[in-house]
Parts: sequence; C-alpha cells; structure tokens
Amino acid sequence: MAEFLINSGWNPNLAQIVASTLGAVVLASFGLVWVIFSIWLERKFAGRVQDRIGPNRTGPYGLFQTFADIGKLLTKEDITPKGADKHVYNFAPILAVAGIIAIFAVIPFNHAWVGADLNVGVLYFVAVGSLATLAILLAGWSSNNKYALLGAFRAIAALISYEVPMILSLAVPVLLAGSMSMQDIVKGQSIAYVFVVPVSALIFFVSQLAEVGRSPFDLIEAESEIIAGFNIEYSGMKFAMFYAGEFIHAFVICILTAVLFLGGWRGLGAGEPGYELFGFLMLMAKSVAVYAFVMLLRNTLPRIRIDHMMAFNWKFLVPLALVNLLVVTFLARPFVPDYAAAEALVAEGGLAGLVGTIFGAGFIAELPRAVVLLVANVILFIVATQLLHRYGEAQRSKLGVQAVPPMRATAMASD
Amino acid sequence: MQPNEWLFIGIFFVVALVIPTVPIVLAQLLNPKRPSKMKQEAYECGVETVGDAWVQFKVQYYLYALIFLIFDIEMLFLFPWAVAYNQLGLFALVAMAGFVGILGVALIYAWRKGALEWL
Repeated sequence: MAEFLINSGWNPNLAQIVASTLGAVVLASFGLVWVIFSIWLERKFAGRVQDRIGPNRTGPYGLFQTFADIGKLLTKEDITPKGADKHVYNFAPILAVAGIIAIFAVIPFNHAWVGADLNVGVLYFVAVGSLATLAILLAGWSSNNKYALLGAFRAIAALISYEVPMILSLAVPVLLAGSMSMQDIVKGQSIAYVFVVPVSALIFFVSQLAEVGRSPFDLIEAESEIIAGFNIEYSGMKFAMFYAGEFIHAFVICILTAVLFLGGWRGLGAGEPGYELFGFLMLMAKSVAVYAFVMLLRNTLPRIRIDHMMAFNWKFLVPLALVNLLVVTFLARPFVPDYAAAEALVAEGGLAGLVGTIFGAGFIAELPRAVVLLVANVILFIVATQLLHRYGEAQRSKLGVQAVPPMRATAMASD
Repeated sequence: MQPNEWLFIGIFFVVALVIPTVPIVLAQLLNPKRPSKMKQEAYECGVETVGDAWVQFKVQYYLYALIFLIFDIEMLFLFPWAVAYNQLGLFALVAMAGFVGILGVALIYAWRKGALEWL
C-alpha cells in the first residue's frame, strides 16, 4: 500500500501515514462489524441453549436485530447522574471500547496481515488490555453511586488478580517461541502449543475468561447482588459502548487463545504464501470454535461467589502457573528445536522424510520437546486436580456437608 | 523494529478512540433531552440516596492490590529471560528458578498471613 503511493509520486512520509491510517481504520472497524454479528450470534446461541428460538423477527433469522437495537439506543435519553464527575464519566465508555480495539493492532491474521508486528507484542496486549479494567474503575468511581463503586471494586480486585496467572502462563509460549512477537509465536507452532503445554493454555483461557467478566466469573455485573455493577448509571449509547466493549473483548480473548495456543493462522497448509485468505479464515475458524465454547460456558454455568473466585485464583491458579513455569523451564531446555537439523533429516528420506513431507520439517524439530512437555503437563494436571479434589473433600467433611450427587434428569421425568 | 510500526500503533490508538466516540456524539444529536431532578438522582433501589458514594470499603481490596503489584513487577522480569531462553545455559535456568521460587515463597507467606482470605 505504502509502496504503491510512493511509486505514484507521493512523499514517502505522507504515504506511510496515509497507509497506516487506512489500515488502522479497516482493522478497527473489523472489530466493530464483528461485534454487530457476534451479539446476534450470542443471542441466537443463548436462545437455542435455553430451548427458545432467539431473535427471528427482524430480517432473515433475526440478523438485523442488532441494528434495531442500535436504532433504539441512539434515541434513548442520556442521563448523567447528579454529582457525577462529568469528564471521567463521559470518557470511561470510550476507553472501555478503545482499550479493547487497540489489541487488534498486534494480532497476526496471517503471515502478511498484521497491523504492527511489535517485538513486544505480548506485553503490548497485556498492557492495552488492562486499559479496559481502568475504564471499569473510572466508570464506577465517577458515577457517584454506591452500587457502581462496589461493582468497580469487585471488578478491579478480580481482574488484577486474574492478571497474575494470565501473565505467568503467557511466559510459557514466549519461552518456547523465544520471542514476544505474536507473529513469531505463531511461526514457532509447528505443533500447536495447546498440545505441548495444555496446562498453560487452560490457565490462560480461564484467566482471560475472568478478565472479560464472562460467566462463571460475571459477578462484576451480578444483577442479583449489585444490580448491574459499574455501568448502572449509564444509559443509551454510553451503556451500549460498555456492552459492545464486553463483546469485542470476549472475541478478542478467543483470537488470542487461538493465536498463542492453537497455532493461529497455521494448519492444513494455510498461511503459506498464496494462501493468505485461507490463513485468515483458519484463524477465524479457530477463534469462533473457542467462542462457541465461551458461549456454552456462559449459558450453562452458574455464577461463582467472589471469595471462591479469589481463592481459586490465588490458591490454585497462581501456584499451578508457577509450578508449570518451573517444569517447562527445566524440561524444555535440552530439547530446543533445531530446524536446520530437522530439514537435513527430512532431506535424507526414510520415515522422517515421510513425516516431514506431510507435517513439515518444523513438526519433526519440535516433536521431542512437545512429547516431553505434554507428558509432564498431563502429570501436573492430574496431580493438581487430585489436590483440588482432596481439598474439596476435606472442606466438605469439615463442614459436615455431603457431596452433592450429580444432577439427575428428574425434572424431565416429571414433565 | 522499524519506527513505522510504532507510528501505526499511535495512529491506531487515535482511531480506536474515535470509533466509540462517534456513536456517542451521534446519540447526543439524536436523543431527547428532558432532564428532571428526580431523573438525575443516583439510582439506589428506588429510595432516596443517603450520603454520597464515597463510602468506606474493605481493606481487603488494598491487600489484593499490593500482592498483585509484587507479582506484576516481578513477572515483568520473566519476559526478557523467556525471550532469551533458547540460548541460555544451566546457570540462568537455576537463577530464574530461584527467582520464581522467591515468588512462590512470597505467595506462601501471604497465604499463611491470611492476606488471601476474603473476609
């Protein structure tokens, strides 16, 4: 793009800025367009889970429902509560969306389509992602409402806590790929990291879920306890911005999980030069698969209590992430993939040559490390869940509570 | 990397700020404005609000924030090490294991002191 403008006689600096601006607008609107679709998707999905049809009146399959909602929200009166800190109050919903959209800048959609392949990409998205947390605090603090303030406190306590296991588990893919650039992490995944370090992937996914404030971690906006939490005083389009921000965030965590642990745009030969669009679709398919899982969790799990949420983080996830990091540290070093040697091995032919031609030379290079780490991770996972189970049993016997038997389909029978 | 990537980030931030501002401003132009005294009260279960929102809150939030700060800063040091991991020798691994171990000890200390209990 920039080269094209320079070739047609533009000032190189100006061309760079124009090209960057266009790219930024396209990339950022992608997030917004997606949110319009994902709200429909989520409502439809929730409807199906709850044995309803979901929106089906406006347009084919209710596809225009979100547009109708936008129209409604545009005509709603905007109320600023008495005693609110006006500037902060107005800025919070903007920051809530902007902080999330800004993450899109470092996401590699395929080997060529990436906004800015920063060499500190992982740190960038952690830093920018916490802007949304800041927006929640700003909203709660400036609303001059006790419920909003309580909601904001809860949100901050929960979100900063879950940032700890998230960053600890993020260190593992960085360590395996030897780079903080998102693009390099994708390129290092000849074997997707979810098959190499499943414990890290799980910790990352759970803590990101808590960051978004999705069920089962949705006590940031627990209707039954603190009405709506931090956004209670917001109405009309400002409320809609918080809502949109949450939906974009929910999808962004799915993209990040796909990029960091599911191999991003790679797979089935996608992302090779000439298959750019296929790579993009591959990433989207992976992200939507994760998103479907998030929606399923949201619609089927009850909300957990705040003390349980904090205890689960500090007493389970953080120690587990620390131990996992130590395990990976000591086991991965002797098996650093030697891509050149693997290429030579494939060229020699035989069994390695056959496997290499099917899965690529990178697969062979990363195989020993993947096997060792996978075994270690599975053992770690079993030990951790056993410890958790024992702890639960001990707590229950201390309280004299019988273990709850699994739910039977008695309700179905009585229908 | 090249400076133009940071230029892109800068422009992207501006765009990201403009995008949510547009619908809010649009709504300001379109929506009705009939403010009234009752409407602008803080919403609190329908009864009149007592006092303002600057209430006392639990000290527990501070404790969590402090533990978070310790962890966050120390974890940041992990990342340069993680990037260089593939070239490191045994000494660097042991050193970082000691570092992570200190984090673990800090966690155990906070745990035993009861800082992780939600009261």
